[in-house]
Amino acid sequence: MNKVLVLLEHDGTTLRPSSGSAIGFARELSDEVTALLLGEDLGAIAAEAAKYAPVLTADHESLSQNVADRWAHVITEVARSQNAELIVATSTTWAKDIVGRSAGLLGGAMASDVTDHEITDGQLRLRRPMFAGAVNATLILEGSPKIITVCPSAYNAPKPADIPFLIETLSVDASTLPSATRFESLDCKKGARPDVTEAHIVVSGGRAFKNAEDFEKYVGGLADQLGAATGSSRALVDAGITPNSLQVGQTGKIVAPELYLALGISGAVQHLAGMKNSRVIAAINQDPDAPIFEFADYGLVGDVYKEVPRLIEELNGS
Amino acid sequence: MKILVPCKRVPDPDQKLRLNADATDIDGSAVTYILNPFDAIAVEEALRIRETAHPEAEIIAVSIAPAEGETDLRTALAMGADRALLIEHEGQIDPWNVARILAAVIHQEKPALILMGKQAVDDDANQVGQFLAAQLGWPQATFVSKIEFTTDGLRIHRETDIGIEIIHVTLPAVVTADLRLNEPRYASLPSILKAKKKPTEHSTPAKLGIKPEPRIRLLGMELIDSQRTCEKVTTATDLLDRLRESEVIE
Repeated sequence: MNKVLVLLEHDGTTLRPSSGSAIGFARELSDEVTALLLGEDLGAIAAEAAKYAPVLTADHESLSQNVADRWAHVITEVARSQNAELIVATSTTWAKDIVGRSAGLLGGAMASDVTDHEITDGQLRLRRPMFAGAVNATLILEGSPKIITVCPSAYNAPKPADIPFLIETLSVDASTLPSATRFESLDCKKGARPDVTEAHIVVSGGRAFKNAEDFEKYVGGLADQLGAATGSSRALVDAGITPNSLQVGQTGKIVAPELYLALGISGAVQHLAGMKNSRVIAAINQDPDAPIFEFADYGLVGDVYKEVPRLIEELNGS
Repeated sequence: MKILVPCKRVPDPDQKLRLNADATDIDGSAVTYILNPFDAIAVEEALRIRETAHPEAEIIAVSIAPAEGETDLRTALAMGADRALLIEHEGQIDPWNVARILAAVIHQEKPALILMGKQAVDDDANQVGQFLAAQLGWPQATFVSKIEFTTDGLRIHRETDIGIEIIHVTLPAVVTADLRLNEPRYASLPSILKAKKKPTEHSTPAKLGIKPEPRIRLLGMELIDSQRTCEKVTTATDLLDRLRESEVIE
């Protein structure tokens, strides 16, 4: 695999930490890794990215918001002009939207949510989950370029270099960009706690919690004692108790922290898909037969309304 | 206004899966199939558009499946779609080729809106909507949780990792439904009976001028089971001790 282009996600100010996984994956495959950044006023973000790889920037006011049709158009042009054989990003809603569309412009040889890879007989074999993680599939992509998104938990960012790599600014011809999509607003719910996909510890709550106040008091309270992120099962999101940004599972976020604490979560297949690769899993549930215990290292059968305050108290006293 | 709703037939996710003899696919003989839950949300949204903003809307459900896949298209008809189109195809087909076939249907039907699930719960790829929009050169809105009609298009809420994003797209457009767009209705018995009389047209990729160009070659599958054995503890104190021993908390 020769030329690899890594698409990096940012929030307008800094790189998304999960972007490092895509660079780590690319580095395992090639020595010719280039990062691509799109946006406006990219100076500081480009300098950050240049610690990991040479950087190309498409820096233009017409790219100030990450609108799929515009961004995919630019990504496609850069991929072609650079003769990229492989295009990589970390799997997030951003990548699914924009990199997915780019793949649709570049011939559709795409694998999403890759968790592992190997090179056998010169072929790049990729592994990815299917059927809510009940199945691990091995596949080969046919055609070029190949487009791959990797699970953030599957690959680590490389160490930053002492001497930064070069940054090159590309010219952007705004007159050729699609204009059918208009960004209006982003309601960014950035709380004080770490993001669920980036935290070392995730404390997650399920159906046992009756309302948002209880969730905040018990799940939030324990998370704060541990410096953890909060997560939630789909049941609580559907009930309007937690925001959808907390949902862990097949249709939510896939996480693999050092510790996943499942509180009052029964362990539906689609939830397990989102957390079963965590290093250590502990569960508290009133039902001794709850499926979550089959996927846990440590289990406590009990009422979360009684056990969680005990945990908080003990951690507080220690 | 025509609304096209691609509908995928998927194994019911609430059942235990088995693999076929050479472990290249799931054992299809042993599973029951349903309409992909996210596509059911898309059908529901099309019905709501017809019930509110666009009473004249015609809703067409399209599926790419073997002949027996007509059963799952009937689900969309029973919910209220006007007619159905089954593109008969045996075996696996990857997102690129699904998008090519759908694009060929769209060139014939000329809908103003494609409403579809954000992903199918079998391969979990989350690609077809984006590929289709790219092939058609139409705007896309993925992970959609709310749709409003404006004078020149759609105002859309998207559920992203970092929060709710609002965008506006002109029509025609491809919109992919997320979980919280709506809660799909159950088909009533009279509507199920009525659906039997609704027209279902059959076609094939070849009749649409599409020869599959494989992009994904599946080499094999493995079923994943839990590798863990759960140690039951009896008190919160014991649980914290175990977590400290595992060096995941201080």
